[in-house]
Amino acid sequence: MIVGNRKPLEEILEMVRPYKKILLLGCRECITVCAAGGEKEVGVLASELKLHRAKNGEEIEIREHTLERQCDYEYVDQIQPFVDDYEVIVSMACGAGIQYTAERYPKKLVLPAINTTFLGVTLEQGLWSERCQGCGDCILHLTGGICPVARCAKSLFNGPCGGSSNGVCEVDKDTPCAWQLIIDRLKELGQMENYEKIIEVKDWSSARDGGPRTRIREDMRLT
Amino acid sequence: MKTKSNIERLLEKGEFVVTSECGPPRGADAEAVRKKGSLLKDLVDGVNVTDNQTSVVRMSSLASSVILKEMGFDPIWQMVCRDRNRIAIQSDLLGAAALGINNVLCLSGDHQSFGDNPKAKNVYDIDSIQLIQTVKMLRDEGRFLSGEEVKGAPALFIGAAENPFADPFEIRAIRLGKKVKAGADFIQTQCIYNVEKFAKWMDMVRERGLHGQVAILAGVTPLKSAGMAKYMKKNVPGMDVPDSLIERLGAVPKENQAEEGIKICVEMIQQLRNIEGVRGVHIMAIEWEEKVAEIVKAAGLSPRPKA
Repeated sequence: MIVGNRKPLEEILEMVRPYKKILLLGCRECITVCAAGGEKEVGVLASELKLHRAKNGEEIEIREHTLERQCDYEYVDQIQPFVDDYEVIVSMACGAGIQYTAERYPKKLVLPAINTTFLGVTLEQGLWSERCQGCGDCILHLTGGICPVARCAKSLFNGPCGGSSNGVCEVDKDTPCAWQLIIDRLKELGQMENYEKIIEVKDWSSARDGGPRTRIREDMRLT
Repeated sequence: MKTKSNIERLLEKGEFVVTSECGPPRGADAEAVRKKGSLLKDLVDGVNVTDNQTSVVRMSSLASSVILKEMGFDPIWQMVCRDRNRIAIQSDLLGAAALGINNVLCLSGDHQSFGDNPKAKNVYDIDSIQLIQTVKMLRDEGRFLSGEEVKGAPALFIGAAENPFADPFEIRAIRLGKKVKAGADFIQTQCIYNVEKFAKWMDMVRERGLHGQVAILAGVTPLKSAGMAKYMKKNVPGMDVPDSLIERLGAVPKENQAEEGIKICVEMIQQLRNIEGVRGVHIMAIEWEEKVAEIVKAAGLSPRPKA
């Protein structure tokens, strides 16, 4: 899923300072699962904003609304009937959702309440961890199912570097060394011959470096 | 001979090679490079010039290398993959060779979080093993990574680093093998304090026949005090400082610990020299370059063969 963090209240307060009528827009997809911008978090942020304004004797009107998805026009268009009742939309979706909402309502200011961080997994209740950087050219079959691009601090293709110590990355004592994980898994799978091979220079053009990406399935298109 | 490198020439003659290190200054003062260089004059066969080590901004390693070259050194120009993509890397390789640099040491580089710009973006377009491949391809095949022809191939003697003490230990010789396969001509190791463990690594290296394919220079760093030894053991990832060494330093009065550290370093060089496959020593006396003369002389490595 896409994982994000809600921005600090002070930052959001500063962004919405000029506005009295706010549409606070959550999303029921990934950002709900990682407990950052779902219906519940929309409710919490709305209360915090109202409380702050009330303390200062300032007016505010907030409509709380959570869409099925903010990355799909079908759902984003559902706010059409009432979007003009508000000066500003504060989106609690991921960066894709925030932008798509802005794209569908070009005359409306859309403000981000979420810092989008990574593609990851839930390790345990309240703990998420990065797994993928969407480089567009997967090599997990060579590395025991562990991605060196996303999980090594240096994205080394032929690690580990000299900073791997007791299975831990030199950058952070709570981060496992991706290459230690890869080697352990290759051993378990009886695939250490993979480790002996040099992984050649990567073609990054399939990643962000090649420019913004689109995906087309001609067989699905209507036009 | 693949290059005009002094260390390549000496290694071919079967000499035991001595290299040291000169970290560029945090400013634009060429005199600072010369001053540090003068402490190493006539003591070493090649001098490593670090590339923004520990991710702290310093004078560029190539510029510093050229200053040292003008002083008569044969610089071992260090290049890390942290700050340059393949375009800049290949361009710098050509430029360095054009300026008369004969050696390049290919490194991943410390992560930027250790330095003075932890908010920087890192590059890592290619890694250190792929960098070795890149230099070899330019030099031996006369081709860029794109496959296009290089007009005037850079004659660089290719070095790499290896840390025999990093984890997991069992793959350290295998990884060295990958560097050899990629095209490394020589290896400088991380500083060695645990000679026994290093000897075990060398056993693994010899089992794979790698000592015949690459010249291994054993890295040493003199310890200034028991405190420094303790600090390195605790805080430097991938550093193996045995307790016996810390105890030995701690047993002498504080004012004599530096002297004892030098003594230990010299003894270590002699032990390392006796390990089959060790072709030289790399003395990293960081901000203690004035002691290199004493170490080299006490270890019986002076004078150095003339260039």
